[in-house]
Amino acid sequence: MKGILGQKLGMTAIYGELGTQIPVTAVYVGGNKVVGKRTQERDGYTALIVGFGEQKIHRLNKPALGFLKKQGLITDEQEQTEKTVRHLREFRMNAEELESFEVGQELKAAEMFNLGEKIDISGKSKGRGFTGVMKRHNFSGTKASHGVHEFFRHGGSIGCATYPARVFKNKKMPGQHGNTRTTLQNILIAGILEEENIVLLRGGLPGANGGVLEIKKAIKARRS
Amino acid sequence: MNWRNVVTQEYLNNDLPNFRAGDTVRVSVKITEGEGAKARTRIQAFEGICLRRHNEGISSTFTVRKISSNIGVERIFPLHSPMIDNIEVVREGKVRQSRIYYLRELRGKKARIKARNRY
Repeated sequence: MKGILGQKLGMTAIYGELGTQIPVTAVYVGGNKVVGKRTQERDGYTALIVGFGEQKIHRLNKPALGFLKKQGLITDEQEQTEKTVRHLREFRMNAEELESFEVGQELKAAEMFNLGEKIDISGKSKGRGFTGVMKRHNFSGTKASHGVHEFFRHGGSIGCATYPARVFKNKKMPGQHGNTRTTLQNILIAGILEEENIVLLRGGLPGANGGVLEIKKAIKARRS
Repeated sequence: MNWRNVVTQEYLNNDLPNFRAGDTVRVSVKITEGEGAKARTRIQAFEGICLRRHNEGISSTFTVRKISSNIGVERIFPLHSPMIDNIEVVREGKVRQSRIYYLRELRGKKARIKARNRY
């Protein structure tokens, strides 16, 4: 399964053929690099390791530094302030697919994806902290009048009484909302700006502007 | 250049006339009739007074109001839509608000707008 990483820039709009306005999210996809491979013999599964973004070498921790050195992406002569990849992700793919990639090779969005293709997106959603039940689960709260007091945004009853004498699992209650890995399927590629390394994806995407997104081949898209 | 300008650049309509609320404009809109091979495009004009301009880059719009067979009709056009063939400023009007919604309540002689002097 082919995939690259990108950085969410923000939203804007473009116009389609018949004058329809298409809301798009611009994603910067420059600087994707094959960092390594997972092989059946060594790791028990096959996957492509992709690196994205940049950071100074001295900011790496020992394991990451060791890994990148082993892959030949950092040499001992390089200055500590030189840039290297920042984010590493694996994309599962079968052995034949894996052969078409080389370590160190740059991955271009324009070569891997086509205009009009459907893709899947994964990213980390915006964190909303510990959130009440109205915001988190779209509960409707309680009436503002008719004698209701101090019970406006509560969820109400959470179950029965003596039987079953417990609260059922997965009961929707307040708690941490957002800041979780979110995947959106079948997102349309509405535009590819090859020179600027920007892809335009239809609609909104998870996470804040500047967040890292995984762009993968759609697993449920209909073949056309 | 800002990434947003880079993305929208090719969709922006750069030869738009300078007009504002109170001006009378004639908007030529492309209309497609029929489907598939039989589809034909013609141009229809909509002339009226611009009530407001909403400036927001590629999503900018403007509202045009006209009185059609005694009924007020308003249309909101996306400023950079490819369906807009041409915008012509017929008359420049002098108004004191940037959104002249008060015009909706006025009829006939009261709904007149003074011409704007150009220095």
